[in-house]
Amino acid sequence: MSATAEVMPPGFGEPDAEDLRQADFPPVMPIAVATLILVVAGGVFVASQYGRPAKLIVPTILAGVAVLLLIVNATLVLRVKEFARPVFFRVFGWALLAYAVIAGILEYVFIYDSTPARVLTLFTAMLILFAIDVPLMLAYSVARWQPPDAR
Amino acid sequence: MTDIAIDPGLDTAPPETAAGTVQSAEPGATPPPGGGGHGPPPVPNFNIVPVRALPVVAVLLIGLIVAISSNNLWALTFFHVAGGGLWTSLDLFLGLVLGPIMGSLSIPARIEFTTKFMPRMLLIMPTLVAMTLGAGFQLARHVGNLDVSYPHHGWLVASMVIVGVMAVIALGLLEPANLAVLFELKKPHPNGARIQRLMKVFIYTAGITGIMQIATIIIMTFLASR
Repeated sequence: MSATAEVMPPGFGEPDAEDLRQADFPPVMPIAVATLILVVAGGVFVASQYGRPAKLIVPTILAGVAVLLLIVNATLVLRVKEFARPVFFRVFGWALLAYAVIAGILEYVFIYDSTPARVLTLFTAMLILFAIDVPLMLAYSVARWQPPDAR
Repeated sequence: MTDIAIDPGLDTAPPETAAGTVQSAEPGATPPPGGGGHGPPPVPNFNIVPVRALPVVAVLLIGLIVAISSNNLWALTFFHVAGGGLWTSLDLFLGLVLGPIMGSLSIPARIEFTTKFMPRMLLIMPTLVAMTLGAGFQLARHVGNLDVSYPHHGWLVASMVIVGVMAVIALGLLEPANLAVLFELKKPHPNGARIQRLMKVFIYTAGITGIMQIATIIIMTFLASR
């Protein structure tokens, strides 16, 4: 692989105000990734039992913990001071729309396949978590690097 | 993988930052503050979401829904194989070929490439992932591979776990880095060091998911040949 040593042009690489504010931000990304891991693990657990009555205790616990983490994360984001909130909500809104479409397609597959009601309910809850958690990650990862007054 | 050393403290501009290198690329390019040949390289004007490509995405997603609702074996196989093949190829190409090339480009060239390339990736990757996973799940259910009674069910579950890990990496690291780079480049004065860091995350994670895709291909070709 290539190794390139290079010099940034002046004014193009110095730490700026956004870099300095990072230490004040709560651990939103690790919590969001943990939420996603729980959702994906629950989905794989249920899907791996296809064709026999699914044991839903473990995935229900995973989904429950994921809900708690998502609520904690949303609270943390809303309580951040000096944060580019307009940018966050703009990105969150559009990403929510995009991921709602993806989650909707997956939900359609489960309904079309006549997934049993209990399993479908759990899948639906996980898809809702997925469709909120991913936009939250995308919006936060953009807004954290924007000046607080950015629109 | 690309290894880029950055020295943000030096105040000597490299020759390639001379004004005009990228500035003429597109109308509306941001001129370097202060004018002259030194200062941050210009950033071409660009759209974060390439709106003109949205109809193509819509057609593909509608095609996917039709394939699922018709349970047509060819259509499901097409969406799964075409989507998965492109997803794997793009990840590997990005991580192992394009990444090192980008690392050797001049900063203005890299910025111009990024402003043209990353918005497209913002639409291409989620579309390919939706095609591959949506059609794949339905295909496996349709041909009976998803059932626990399937003799190689364990292999299928292994592929689900690998795809799950890839999804976490892609959605938790790759896509946020992609979007953050685009918004950084939209600033009047983008932070070059931050863009480098985020691009490195993007390229590395694409390479990692690409390598994990090879494991998926091994499992999938094994299952298809049984």
